[in-house]
Amino acid sequence: MHAKSALALVAASVLALSACSKKAPADLPPAPQASSGVEIPAVAVQPGGPIPGTQAHFAQAMSGRDTIYFETDRYNIDAEDQQALAQQARYLQQYPNVRATVEGHADERGTRDYNLALGERRANSAKNYLASLGVSGDRISTVSYGKERPVALGSNEEAWARNRRAVTIVLN
Amino acid sequence: MRKPMLTFVLLACAASLSAQQPAAPPPATQPAEDGLSGSVTDESAWQDLGIAIPGFATNADAPTPANAQGTGALALELSRVVFNDLRNNGLFKPTGPDSLPHPSYPEITAPAFSAWQGRGTEMLVHGYVRANGDGNLTVGCYLYDVALQKELARSGWVVAPTDWRRAAHKCADLVYSRLSGESPFFDSKIAYIAETGPKNARVKRLAIMDSDGANHRFITNGQATALTPRYSPDYKRIVYLSYLNGNPRIYVYDIGTGQQKLISESRSPTFAPRWSPDGRWILYSMASAGNTDIFRISAAGGGSPQKLTDSPGIDIGGSYSPDGRQIVFESDRSGSQQIYVMNADGSNQRRISFVGGRAATPEWSPRGDQIAFTHIVGDLRIAVISPSGGALRYLTNAWQDEAPTWSPNGRIVQFFRTERNSGTASIWQVDLTGRNERRLPTPVGASDPAWGPVLP
Repeated sequence: MHAKSALALVAASVLALSACSKKAPADLPPAPQASSGVEIPAVAVQPGGPIPGTQAHFAQAMSGRDTIYFETDRYNIDAEDQQALAQQARYLQQYPNVRATVEGHADERGTRDYNLALGERRANSAKNYLASLGVSGDRISTVSYGKERPVALGSNEEAWARNRRAVTIVLN
Repeated sequence: MRKPMLTFVLLACAASLSAQQPAAPPPATQPAEDGLSGSVTDESAWQDLGIAIPGFATNADAPTPANAQGTGALALELSRVVFNDLRNNGLFKPTGPDSLPHPSYPEITAPAFSAWQGRGTEMLVHGYVRANGDGNLTVGCYLYDVALQKELARSGWVVAPTDWRRAAHKCADLVYSRLSGESPFFDSKIAYIAETGPKNARVKRLAIMDSDGANHRFITNGQATALTPRYSPDYKRIVYLSYLNGNPRIYVYDIGTGQQKLISESRSPTFAPRWSPDGRWILYSMASAGNTDIFRISAAGGGSPQKLTDSPGIDIGGSYSPDGRQIVFESDRSGSQQIYVMNADGSNQRRISFVGGRAATPEWSPRGDQIAFTHIVGDLRIAVISPSGGALRYLTNAWQDEAPTWSPNGRIVQFFRTERNSGTASIWQVDLTGRNERRLPTPVGASDPAWGPVLP
């Protein structure tokens, strides 16, 4: 992945996030989407919405389930993670031409080197689970950012819990 | 590119220096603003020693590229660097040139002992600088025992004008070594990561500086995140991690040419690079399918990597013993991060730390008798243990201190400290005794320090 496209992806996800947070109060809860893959195209063809198969579209379709979270030093996939990854897998099966990167992250309360390895381990766990659901491993790359890219900026348990994560991003 | 520009010279000039009649001794009544009485708060006996470092002298004020005001002003700057080195080290509380009379050039080799004795000076540092015909500088450095009226040590160096600070560091090293019995360390450099910007968009650049923070230079421009640098033992290259091209990979950066190359063509991410003491090997860690192992590869390039660890888990870091025969590293093969030692070929892996919490980033002391590491029990602290795993001692106690690196003589540990919430990082150092903790001056935020050896 090139630095340029990484930047574009970050920009895209920031846009997607702000779009979500603005819309959230007006829309109905997105829960039904998770139960059925056929409802995803309904989101896709919204007039003026993001183009299907793009990162913006993926992030909107996942509505938060593009990210899974981990306990301190752990990298196992729990039941909640399984649901999120299942939703990601359905999307990736629906758009077989898109590729994905799983970004692994750690909280700030560990050493830099170890956190890089831990982030890789977490990203790899997510990738393996997606592969177990039938998404070809060739379509999924991983990258670890260790503790270098926190989303929650505080130094407290709540912030650390949000930073121990693996985020799936689609590439076109 | 730095040539070996610092040449040791035998000071054969004592006779010519002292040929002139010594000037009148400075008035003993002039008060020392920075006197020693009452300022000793540490029980260290060294701090009781009255060390005076008056301004250095020059034979004749001459223009030099090293100082716009000539060699006279340069001489004073040299003595200030020596003073700051010795003061900041914490072992001594010297009196500096700005609160002392300035000896004349002839006095450098014939000190006014009785006047210095009258000021309560026990150890006296004198020095001079002379512009040579070829543009280089000769710097001389003398240490005297005032009570005995005897010269304890002297040395001299020929340096290019751009290297004038190195001569001052060599002088500080001479004084430090003679008085403490320890090996020198001031004439050395530090590679680190310069940090700017907010916590969620931090820019991280590779940077270098002298051991006292001078001659600071950014190496990379910050477009790609740079992490965990290590100077090669000859200071010609820096091995570090960069997100150039989007993925974390180890590069070897050549300071002379500005070129860098990947250490491994593998598609897998590589972390935590380290040099062997002889500069022939580079250790690194590579993650594959969620499992991280330690490899070594020839620093000259061309060879294939040798895998040193093979446990299911994260084996990472690694630091050679000074003789290059063993490697200390961290592994979570027992469930959480602990410290292990293996032979340099990967054989005889054994756990040496059995501490609560997690033990990470072990670094073998250049003296061989200690291993510094990061101990994580909620907070992150710098600690040392013996190579057999005993005698745990904490050197720091803050919210988050990590990644120790040793001074070339194994007396001081540098590390970086992160502030809670803001995530602002800065480089600190502390004595092996746990005393004299202080922050290093850096132009911006700073992390991942790596202290190189003493320059030849």
